[in-house]
Amino acid sequence: MRIELDVNGAVRELEVDPRTTLLDCLRDQFGLTGAHAGCEHGVCGACTVLFEGVAVRSCLMFAVQAAGSAITTIEGVTPGPGELSVIQDAFCETHGLQCGYCTPAMVLVAHALIAGNPEPTREDIVEAISGNICRCTGYAQIVEAIALAAERMRGANRPKDARK
Amino acid sequence: MSPAPDRFRFVSTDRRVREDRRFAVGKGNFVADIALANVKHVALVTCPYPAARIKAIDKSAAMAMPGVHYVLDGAELGDATLPLMTGLDHPNVPRRPLAVDVARYAGEWVAAVVADTRALAEDAAEKVKVTYEKLPFVLDAEEALAPGGVLVHQAHGSNVLLDKTFVWGEVDKDFAASPRKLSLRVKWGRSSTVPIETFGVVTSWDPWRELLDVWASIQMPRYADQIGIALKIPVSSVRVHHDVDVGGSYGVKRGIKHTILTGYLTRRLGFPVRLIEDRLENMRGGDAHGPERLFDVDVAFDDNGIIRSMKMRALENVGAYAGRSPFQLGKPIGAIVGPYRIKSVQYRAIAVLSNKTTQDAVRGFGQGPTNVAIERSMDEVAHVLGLDPIEIRRRNMIRAEEFPYIIPSGTIYDSGDYHTVIDKVLAHTSYQDLKRQRDALRGAGQLAGIGIAACLEPSGGNATFEALLNPAITTSSFLDSCRITIDGTGAITATMHTTSSGQGHETLVGTVVGEVLQIDPETVRIARPDSLTSLPSGTPVGSRMAIMLGGAAFHAATKLKSKLTAIAAHDLGIPLERAVYADGNVFDRNAPQNKRGWSELVQIAYRNFHRMPADMEPGLSVSHVMQVPTGGKLPSADGRVHMYPCTSFEFHMILMSIDPALGLPKIVIYRVGHDCGTVINPKIVRGMTMGGIAHGIGAALYEEFAYDGEGQLMAQSFMDYLLPSSHEVPPVEIIHHCTPSPNTVLGQKGSGESGYLGAPAAIANAVNDALRPLGVSINTLPIKVSVLGDLIAQAQER
Amino acid sequence: MKAAPFEYSRPADIDEACAMLAADESARLIAGGQTLVAMMAMRLARPSRLIDINRIAALSYIRDLGETVEIGATTRQCLVERNPLIAKRVPLLARAIPNIGHAATRARGTVGGSLANADPAAELALIAITLDAVLSYRADGRTADIPAREFFIGPMITTLPAGAVLTAAHFPVWRAAKVGVGFHEVNARRSDFAFVSAAAQVELADDGTCKRIAIGVGALTDFPIRLDGAEQQLKGSKLDDGTVQAAITEALADIDALADLHASAQYRRRVAINLATRAVADAVSQAQGQSRHAH
Repeated sequence: MRIELDVNGAVRELEVDPRTTLLDCLRDQFGLTGAHAGCEHGVCGACTVLFEGVAVRSCLMFAVQAAGSAITTIEGVTPGPGELSVIQDAFCETHGLQCGYCTPAMVLVAHALIAGNPEPTREDIVEAISGNICRCTGYAQIVEAIALAAERMRGANRPKDARK
Repeated sequence: MSPAPDRFRFVSTDRRVREDRRFAVGKGNFVADIALANVKHVALVTCPYPAARIKAIDKSAAMAMPGVHYVLDGAELGDATLPLMTGLDHPNVPRRPLAVDVARYAGEWVAAVVADTRALAEDAAEKVKVTYEKLPFVLDAEEALAPGGVLVHQAHGSNVLLDKTFVWGEVDKDFAASPRKLSLRVKWGRSSTVPIETFGVVTSWDPWRELLDVWASIQMPRYADQIGIALKIPVSSVRVHHDVDVGGSYGVKRGIKHTILTGYLTRRLGFPVRLIEDRLENMRGGDAHGPERLFDVDVAFDDNGIIRSMKMRALENVGAYAGRSPFQLGKPIGAIVGPYRIKSVQYRAIAVLSNKTTQDAVRGFGQGPTNVAIERSMDEVAHVLGLDPIEIRRRNMIRAEEFPYIIPSGTIYDSGDYHTVIDKVLAHTSYQDLKRQRDALRGAGQLAGIGIAACLEPSGGNATFEALLNPAITTSSFLDSCRITIDGTGAITATMHTTSSGQGHETLVGTVVGEVLQIDPETVRIARPDSLTSLPSGTPVGSRMAIMLGGAAFHAATKLKSKLTAIAAHDLGIPLERAVYADGNVFDRNAPQNKRGWSELVQIAYRNFHRMPADMEPGLSVSHVMQVPTGGKLPSADGRVHMYPCTSFEFHMILMSIDPALGLPKIVIYRVGHDCGTVINPKIVRGMTMGGIAHGIGAALYEEFAYDGEGQLMAQSFMDYLLPSSHEVPPVEIIHHCTPSPNTVLGQKGSGESGYLGAPAAIANAVNDALRPLGVSINTLPIKVSVLGDLIAQAQER
Repeated sequence: MKAAPFEYSRPADIDEACAMLAADESARLIAGGQTLVAMMAMRLARPSRLIDINRIAALSYIRDLGETVEIGATTRQCLVERNPLIAKRVPLLARAIPNIGHAATRARGTVGGSLANADPAAELALIAITLDAVLSYRADGRTADIPAREFFIGPMITTLPAGAVLTAAHFPVWRAAKVGVGFHEVNARRSDFAFVSAAAQVELADDGTCKRIAIGVGALTDFPIRLDGAEQQLKGSKLDDGTVQAAITEALADIDALADLHASAQYRRRVAINLATRAVADAVSQAQGQSRHAH
């Protein structure tokens, strides 16, 4: 089938097999390998992308279903070559990752969380990432990364003299 | 000692992990990201039965499908390749990538389909018609051990792969002399590390260069050797690319059968072939299960709770083929008494075959289950004597002044201060308060328990247990290496010679090289040459990389520093002992204004041979191949051997509540005291420990490769194999202590298995403390909600 | 783990979807796909055609009809979760929804998709049963209703006619002043399918006795059940824990509980009693709180 996909702000027309998941399409046809296949049955969350700004599992959606919708991948939230987003930088600051396989999904979940909730509590963060399995970190440094990022973003969004 | 001694500039300081940047932006280089032109995809045909004779394989319908290139069966592959290497010599238990004649577990690979896409390969795999004759099967280890039962491998004549009894010290005498004895049976359920990335491999054969390129999600010693040997090509024709990022392993990524399969296919078919396991293949037939072990422990002790002697029988259900599993009974011999002064030990290690999936190495290599057996026993002894569980451990623990301490099985513990670690944890969190909180929970109608576990993490990866369990093995070398080059412009590149799976090895090398050369670690480029250009590496097993790769980097950097110093001394015309290296410059101790800077030393080494000391090699590139500290000896005739050079220590103290009506456990408080010597990177060590605890929580409460009575794996997907999520892992506070190892260059010890080795024991002890008022106990892991709930209900009815 | 091949269609409206379904008995509707796509990946489901109803606008809405709140079949679970009308009028649904999967699956998962999937442990099915929801479907150009109690007949089996499209669910609104709800479920990990779940909604009379009560239990049997017998007994009572537990125990006495890898039958039965009792207790205490606010 011929579809149009809006990925990271660029619209592209392409031919997809109906059975191709959004995950496989992004990886194989767009070359966006930041989304990872972990279980391919919707449990681990490693394939998470933002669909119209909301974190979803790209293994549980066929690419044809995403036609015309705006998809954001980890590549789309990275500001530029060699540059990290505030959230990505916070993951590096706390070492909120080890092997890096679940990390892009965690970062995207954090983006979605903070966009809707600039002051997430620990419980909010734990709940937000609970659908994303990390086998390396035990989550502590991920939770810290997201809390740190939220704090920094709040600071950045306040007028300079109002910052603590 | 402080965990961050001020004698270090970079080591032990809170520095970022250099690998994190690429992963945070999704630019890791994982095996599934390797995009080769014209690559074809493999899907597997698997046996649906736990045991079956393969009568016929009809490939015609599959081969006729468009986009399908080949269907490979076990007969063809078996003729063309040698069986996979196993540690125990059992010629009648051959392990091959595809079953030959008989399949021995549900999910075993029977044929491989090669097609243009993975989806097409799966379509075709469904069309491969295999005719099976079902055979009798055996699942339970005790049944498999009993004579006269079903044999997994007929030609082997029994199901026993290993049955060895060691007696270290006067066990019978100590038992006879002890006033009290206690027996305990503990079961560790079949679980594994289950990384979020499955195993994957891409292979490409170049017939004109006679070169097999391999990209794999691998963590395996002698990987290239095993490929070359099994494929019957020179190992120098195998090029394993070490710059593949591995999406988690924790020991288990040993996809040798996958590699032999794809390596054969790419040579046979003439195009690159890739096999990325899907989750079903991974869970059922990736040969990546972990220990399933039954312990019978007898301890002899006195009225003061001093443990005099221990007998341990460990029965391991290894599954259908040997794999690395039997050896996982061997490593615990290096810490068979845990942190305790137990004078004598009898250890019987039995490995039996069954019709379950093959095991591979899992984090701790068998130490985790053994620690549960030891630590459950300690608690039971405390209980029968009415002693506090911390008190009994204190009484039995090796004291700081007793190190180095030789345990009955021959290993020399390097250093430790167990009592101080406990004191620090209790200074951080009052034990009395913890007990009060437990009692308050009990008062509020909950079951509540305190779980204590103290254990060791043997580190350094000296695998002489192989020689102990198989005398035909004479390996006493366990190597790792580093090469450091200062190039002709003065830039530094250091190398490591294996893959990584999240342990931050590049950061490790950079930090150590920076420390020794007194330069910013960030300026050191870390490269990973492929296997053809690599120096020896034992790979990241046995919690060894801080010790071994860190050690090799330290020695190589030290050699380089010496060389720079010697060049400068010669050029300054001063005796070597007057030349002082500082921050990349060398000056004359007696006249500090006389010095040679970095650029000038580089200039001399690369372009001014006339200024070089006589007989000195030009250029600035040095290597160091390092043998494991304290290693190099084979076992003695009486079955004693010194194993790992270092022993890290951890002390877990947790408070757990259990909803009595639901059997639902909740970890309320988690504290762990951790001593792994000098910490090279605090962020990494903390992450390892937290991740290990999370993994231990999984093994203790959630994760099991459970089989039904028909030999079918019931936990085939992430719906049923339950990995802890952020909800299940409580906040953990780590209390650090540092007892440097005398055996390593910076005092460092291993930490790659930390947390995991003690968490299951602490949880099992907490659950049993919570159950104590009901008069019941549970010693089978994982302790599942429903089982716990039923046990509590039965106890309450009585 | 790739789905078997299939054709994909995106009908413009409900009747076109019905026609497509009627034309191919192996075709299946896809709504949120959070179960179906996983089943297809494992090739446990292999429809010849997927009829994607996600973009039929007429299927996605939340409407206050006074006596009921009507939810369109493809309304995302996350929208129901955040909807103030649901929180106010169907608080039991609002209470249960966060227990469905994870945020990322609720972002795609739909109300109708979950109901039609009829998993024995599904929270939405339990709430539909407990509240006596009425489900609407369209087939052959006609719209018809099925009470939830007649909809679920087995694990993943419903009475939805072949070729029909589930269009909406009507959740009755209890308009009285003193209404409270309770919901509990247990599983090993918080976001998994429940081993057992229980829901209760209670209306108290001015004297604090039970005027109206609904108790449902999920995951215990092939589909969620109502504890009618217990409800009968408890009406007019003070709903003290002992009475409630006794009534629920009796109601569940003859139930054949499911057993699987994760929970034994005796566990499920015992815990069902416990959770249902807790759910009622929560509902009572909430209803009492309501009355305090009302005065």
